[in-house]
Amino acid sequence: MTSPSPPPPTGSEASARDSLAPAVRVLLSLAVLGAGVLAWDALVRFKDIPPYVLPGPGLVAATLVQDWPILWRSLLTTLLTTMEGFIAAAIGGIALALLFNQSKWLEQALLPYAIILQVTPVIAIAPLLLIYLPQQTAVVVCAWIVAFFPVLSNTTLGLNSVDRNLAGLFRLYGASRMQTLRYLKLPAALPHILGGLRIAGGLSLIGAVVAEIAAGSAGAGSGLAYRIAESGYRLNIPRMFAALLLLSMAGVAIYMCLAAVSHLMLRRWHESALGKEK
Amino acid sequence: MIDYAIASFPSGAGPRAGDAVSLKGVTKRYDRDVAALGPVDFNVRKGDFVSLLGPSGCGKSTALRIIAGLSEPTSGRVQLAGGGRSIGFVFQEPTLMPWATVRDNVALPLKLSRPRGADIGARVEVALARVGLAEFAAAYPRQLSGGMKMRVSLARALVTDPDVLLMDEPFAALDEITRFHLNNDLLALWRGLRKTVIFVTHSVFESVYLSRRVVVMTPRPGRICAEYAIDTAEPRSEDFRTSAEYAAYCREVSAALSRAVAGRAPR
Repeated sequence: MTSPSPPPPTGSEASARDSLAPAVRVLLSLAVLGAGVLAWDALVRFKDIPPYVLPGPGLVAATLVQDWPILWRSLLTTLLTTMEGFIAAAIGGIALALLFNQSKWLEQALLPYAIILQVTPVIAIAPLLLIYLPQQTAVVVCAWIVAFFPVLSNTTLGLNSVDRNLAGLFRLYGASRMQTLRYLKLPAALPHILGGLRIAGGLSLIGAVVAEIAAGSAGAGSGLAYRIAESGYRLNIPRMFAALLLLSMAGVAIYMCLAAVSHLMLRRWHESALGKEK
Repeated sequence: MIDYAIASFPSGAGPRAGDAVSLKGVTKRYDRDVAALGPVDFNVRKGDFVSLLGPSGCGKSTALRIIAGLSEPTSGRVQLAGGGRSIGFVFQEPTLMPWATVRDNVALPLKLSRPRGADIGARVEVALARVGLAEFAAAYPRQLSGGMKMRVSLARALVTDPDVLLMDEPFAALDEITRFHLNNDLLALWRGLRKTVIFVTHSVFESVYLSRRVVVMTPRPGRICAEYAIDTAEPRSEDFRTSAEYAAYCREVSAALSRAVAGRAPR
């Protein structure tokens, strides 16, 4: 009797048309990348630029392979810092937004300081943190400071954008605070929360890198940003480029992971995810 | 939150026995000076189908929200039989949770109020079958048409088996064919379940077709200016829509509405 047979919103023609588009998009990006690398290579060859000023793409690739053991360990260090900062930002941002949502007093009392923390450039705070905190902690705290605000503000926005009539319905049926939070506010805020997390992913990498650079001169660090700084001092420019390449690839990977998670969680109902499926 | 409604009336001023809803001197003001409603005195008998008819912004929706306890009256009293716990509300928009399936949307009132010994699953199936959506239980709201979403909203209002069903221009956003269809379904539901229905609308034709009593309201501040009993052979069918009797009622109610809008309403 209850055979769920809602008509799927996708037509076969639409999916056929759209399955072509991503392929074209990828090809286009790859073509631009190829052209850029070729131009870079040609520039280095014809102008005869020495590798300590601008290494060619071939040399950067060779360095990446040759220095892989060092760079790989540094990448893991940086990713670990980023992840710790990101998780702390996600938990802290969401928890603080929930607290603010339950108590306007708390929001009035604490929000100004959250904003101050956000607008003060982290590069200026990092040296201080490095003085007062153990280095690894300071680096994670930096990543957290940069990343938590978008989570906080997006979650707050989401919690406040609940449909007025739906909220009325919950009151009509005598819903408790917890029920309203669990069945109404959190699901309604989910798209906003995921958007905040997507921004926070990239920002926590930036925070980690900034802190590593600031810590660099103090020694001891071994993250990718530290490798970049160190290679700079040693005029090992090819390794600098290789580390930079890894760093930006890590950023892209983080973004894509979070976008995929967001898509998976929203794909059944939210417009943003439906747009991609169409 | 509807506690103020449970206060007993002083003798003489109270509702008659058999009233499901009773409003006494109810007014609503927004800010300081904007009077939106009233004073309104208004009783609805158990099992009756009453339309509140008036121009946009006349406070008829406000009156409905006050009855539901979604809005507090500035003054006056509202009394509901049974203390007001037993209300179903249908908004102008379907007001469904987009992240939940049809089944979960309809189950919401039961999940929130947890009546004793209720088999949630079975009651949801019954409510969905009543509005003809049994096979769409697993669908998400976005997969449904406007009319189907409204049916889900109706099923959700019915799932707690409330005594009073409050409807706030529920079909105003639908096309005419769908609206006629839902009108007939609502009448069939009302005949079968004998709920008390208070139906807010700005359509003369809809109010005459559906209700046994049409209450006409003036523009802001909304006051009751006329009442019509629609006494016709039950059950009503599509034939009623094309009958001379229907046309006569519509003409009469329409004239009252024009007078109300023009401000020459009899007090």
